[in-house]
This record gives sequence, structure tokens and C-alpha cells, in this order.
Amino acid sequence: MSEPASTATVVGTITVPGEHLPRVELSGTAVSTLRELWDEFGPLMFHQSGGCCDGSSPMCFPAGEFITSDRDVLLGRLDIAPAGAEPRSIEFWISAEQFEYWSHTFLTVDVVPGRGSGFSVEAPRGVRFLIRSRLMDSFA
Amino acid sequence: MTVYSQPGTPGSLVTFKPRYENWINGGWVKPVKGQYFEDISPVDGKPFAEVARGTAEDIELALDAAHRAAPAWGKTTATERAAVLNRIADVIDANLELLAVAETWDNGKPIREPLNADLPLASDHFRYFAAAIRSQDGDHAELDNDTVSYQFHEPLGVVGQIIPWNFPILMAVWKLAPALAAGNAIVMKPAEQTPVSIMVLIELIGDILPPGVLNIVNGFGLEAGKPLASSPRIRKIAFTGETTTGRLILQYASANIIPATVELGGKSANIFFSDVAQEQDSFYDKAQEGFVLFAFNQGEVCTAPSRALLQKPIYESFLATAVERTRKAIQGNPLDTATQVGAQASNDQLEKILSYIDIGKQEGARLALGGERVDLGGDLSGGYYVQPTIFEGNNKMRIFQEEIFGPVLAVTSFSDYEDAISIANDNLYGLGAGVWSRNGNVAYRAGRDIHAGRVWINNYHHYPAGAAFGGYKSSGIGRENNKLALGHYQQTKNLLVSYSEKPLGFF
Repeated sequence: MSEPASTATVVGTITVPGEHLPRVELSGTAVSTLRELWDEFGPLMFHQSGGCCDGSSPMCFPAGEFITSDRDVLLGRLDIAPAGAEPRSIEFWISAEQFEYWSHTFLTVDVVPGRGSGFSVEAPRGVRFLIRSRLMDSFA
Repeated sequence: MTVYSQPGTPGSLVTFKPRYENWINGGWVKPVKGQYFEDISPVDGKPFAEVARGTAEDIELALDAAHRAAPAWGKTTATERAAVLNRIADVIDANLELLAVAETWDNGKPIREPLNADLPLASDHFRYFAAAIRSQDGDHAELDNDTVSYQFHEPLGVVGQIIPWNFPILMAVWKLAPALAAGNAIVMKPAEQTPVSIMVLIELIGDILPPGVLNIVNGFGLEAGKPLASSPRIRKIAFTGETTTGRLILQYASANIIPATVELGGKSANIFFSDVAQEQDSFYDKAQEGFVLFAFNQGEVCTAPSRALLQKPIYESFLATAVERTRKAIQGNPLDTATQVGAQASNDQLEKILSYIDIGKQEGARLALGGERVDLGGDLSGGYYVQPTIFEGNNKMRIFQEEIFGPVLAVTSFSDYEDAISIANDNLYGLGAGVWSRNGNVAYRAGRDIHAGRVWINNYHHYPAGAAFGGYKSSGIGRENNKLALGHYQQTKNLLVSYSEKPLGFF
């Protein structure tokens, strides 16, 4: 099981048109895990899943593996590069229909030990990305 | 009441092998890369067997075997294939308790469920499709006196199947039985959370099928699932899981121009109209039980009735009684036949459920019952147990909109028929729903007006093999169960035959 040392959290950029607050962040552990995964797979992306079984998990893929469309919303870009290094920007996507029901919550991507499913790249390491949510300040 | 012994202990019906290889071409085959992963029992949180960590190389070996087997298997008669399916069903029945213990240890479900539901349904499923394929006719049309159109069902060839972890054996059988009946060869990837019980089944039924007709490769989604789903060597892919992977599967299928069926879950509304409480009789008792069924299989059911909609006049009284009924649910050792609520299937599932309980509280839902992880102590202390949990809130809350896949119920009220249907349909998913009413007209109309593939009227959680199952909206594409499922595993061959000697006259 891989449990990298924690680093600082990373807050996503604001990408939803017309908005002024970020919507997504990475926990320090998630940043460390993603740096290792980037070294193994190259550039990465997230797509937030819904539905059965492993639904509600953020799925992490090599960038471009999952084809997004106009029916997806870009929630933010997350730069996992250490200070001063070349940017390593990860896009975080969610389907537009799911975003309608999730839009009042701020998402933190965390990592827990687990036996993942789906085709997400972290699963063979015995860890899973997990979403923790809090109400957006503007809705609180 | 019986308490089954833990696998590997004296008196147990099951001793797992220390290591399970892939099942390819009718034999056990080591993974090409020689890697394995541990299968953890959610009952106690401890590893109990090693499982092949298959990769693209192993998927190729399995596809080789399937392609060798498919032509001859596809030419067998329906009678022969039906006999094979019936033999498999007999073996499941003869080993029911053994398989039930294996299933409970792999998945965490209380053993009364595999004993009384999962496994009897699995054997019946094989028998249903044995009968369905024997009774399936092609058709023909006499287009004019000398021209006849014949339609034949042909197998697709080699198909890929990726199955979930909530009913490891039954969900495998839902996909295997129609595919085998229709004459296809299969490469299947089980879920990495529950990779072993299906291998225990294969130990029992493996030699009934010709080598290569059924091949099972374990491993992770990225390493084994993706090479299978994206392979140009399959003629169809079937998947049960969540929406993002479902979209990926459809994306890979589009690249190969093959059909895909995907079942992606739901957030089923369970609607109780006021007349349910007209009498405090057996029907009322049945409806109360129908409410508590959200906790069946720890809520790890695609069609879990995880939104309860109670009509306002009965809201307080119905809910109060139902909460007390839920409170009495016995949570404990999954191997005890008295246990009603067992363990969640994995640690990450447990974490996800707890994260939803947290967001439910943040959104202002009122916690009416449960809400905590449970430590059963002793041997089971490391297991993944969550109290059956009931929230009251409104349909805009995330706990009403997302499939938590845990024993967590979201309850709200409705004013009248239109309000009930509006709330039920205000959701991305449309797999299941329940309607409870003594008024047949109301129940029928509601059943038709709800956008879901399966609406139970005055019952819930029945899964007979003959009743079509599948989703509307984001719940997916295709149907399982019922003879309709054969169509997802068959090609249509049209022979258009002229019995006339006369030229057409065009040239």
C-alpha cells in the first residue's frame, strides 16, 4: 500500500464561467499520490463519477483518455507541481447533469486505502481517490 | 439458527486456496507477469487469498482461447447448450451452502441472502435461459408468393463482460447465462473487490463447459478491464458499474463499432401513498418491510429503495413505526443466519458512505437513525460495518440524488400524486422504483409515470429471471433478465430468398 507523505493542499483555478470561487481542491495526500501517478502515466485528468458501485468516486485517467463533451463542466485546474517546477495541471470534470445537483458543494479530493474499481489509475496501488464535500461558502 | 464456521477453520464448508490463477481454456493459468493481489474479506478486514493480477497479456490469452472455442460452441444445438446450462444449475443447487459461505466471506453480505436469494436465483437464471433458448424461434415473412424473408438468431462470437462486486456470483450469472445460451464464448473480468467467489464457482462448474467457452481473468480495471473493453477482438461488451466507466466503455465500443450494454445504477424512489395506512393489517406490515428493504444487502444494490417518499397525512406515523422497525435490524456476524445486516464490501465503500453521512448532516438533513460506523468487536473488529441510517430532508440534497450504495435512506414527504411523480422523476437515474397503494388505479398510473425500467408495485427487491431489468436515463442501456436479454448476445441473419425462376427484368 502506498501512503506518500502529505504535502500542502492544492486549490483549483476558477473555470466555471461567471464564478468567483474555486470549487475543487486536492488534499496533501492526494497531491503526493498524483505526483507519483504523473511520473508513471504522464499528464492526468479527473472525471467525477456517479451511479452504482464505485459511483461518486473521482476517476483519474491519463489526460485525454476520457473524452469530455459540451455536456461536461470543467470544475477547475489543479497544479500539482512543486513550487518553482514546471506546471503539472490536472483538469477536474463532471457531467453537466450531475453538476446541477452538486453545484452547492465544494469538493476535496482525498486518498484512502481501498480496492478501487473502474479504470482509475491509482487503484493498483491499493488506494482510492475519495471526494469529501462541504457546502460552498456562497450557499452556507 | 446456524452460525457457519469461518472459511479455513475446522468445520467450515470452504477452504480457500492460498492463490487463485486465471481460468483460461478450461484450466488454471498463471498471470503472464506473475503478479498477484490480496483479496480482503470485509467480514474482518483481513486478506484471505491471493488472486492473479491479470494484464493485457492475460486478456489476450483468454481471447485466444475464446476465439478457438467460439465457432464450435456457436454451432451446438440449443438443446445441447440448454443441457449444459441445466447441469450448471444443478451443481449450484448441490453446493448451495458452500457457495453461500464463499460469497459471504468475499462480499460481507449476511449469509441468509446468498442462501435464500443470490444462489437460488443464480441456478434459476441458468434454467430460465436454458428454457428461453430452446423456445426461441426465428421468424419468417412471406413477402410475396415466391419471396420469403427468413430471420435467424446467430451468436455474436466472443463477448467481454465486466461485473460488479455487490452480488459477485449472481451478477456474473446474469451476464453468463444469456451469453452462453445464445452460443457465445466469453472473457469475463470480475470486480477486484470480490474476485474469489466466482473462482470457487468455476472450480465446481468449470469442466461442464468446453474449454475456452468461458474464461475469467482477474485484475484491476486499468490493467485488465480496459484491455478487455477496448479490444478489437470482442463483438460486444457488457458492463455493470458507474457512469464514468460506463461512458468510457461506450467510448471504447464506439471505436470498435460494437454494441455495449451498460447498467449504471440508480437512486430509486419508494413511494407510499396514504391509503397504505388505512388499516393496520398484514398489507401495512408488508409496506413497512418494503421501507426497511433499503438496508437489504447493506444498501449495495443498484435498485436499493434509497429515497422514501411518504404522503403527508401518514408521514409522521409511518416513519416513526418504520424507524423502530429498522432499529431492530440485527447487525452482526455475516456467517450467522440470524444476521440481517452484514459488512460493506470494501474499506473505500465504507469511507464513501461515511462521507455521505457527513454531507447529509452538513446539508441540514435530520438524522432519524444510525449514522455511525459499527465496531462488532472480537474477530470482526476490523470489518466494514455501518449502522442502518435514516435521514429526513428534501430531494435537492445530495443524499437524495446520489447512489450512496450503503444502508442510508433519505426520506421526504409529498402532497399529492403529481408531487410524488415529480419528486420521483427529479433524479438523473431511472433504474428502479417502488409504489405502495391499496388503490390499483393509482398504483398502475404511478408505475407507468415513473421514468424507471423496473417499478415494483406493492413489493420490492424481487428479481425473477423472467422480468426484464434495466435502466432509463443515466441508468444505462439494455436489459438483463427475461428472454429480451438474448437479443443483446445475438446477431440477426436475414436470408432473403426468391423461389421464382423469372428474371427481375431491369437489365
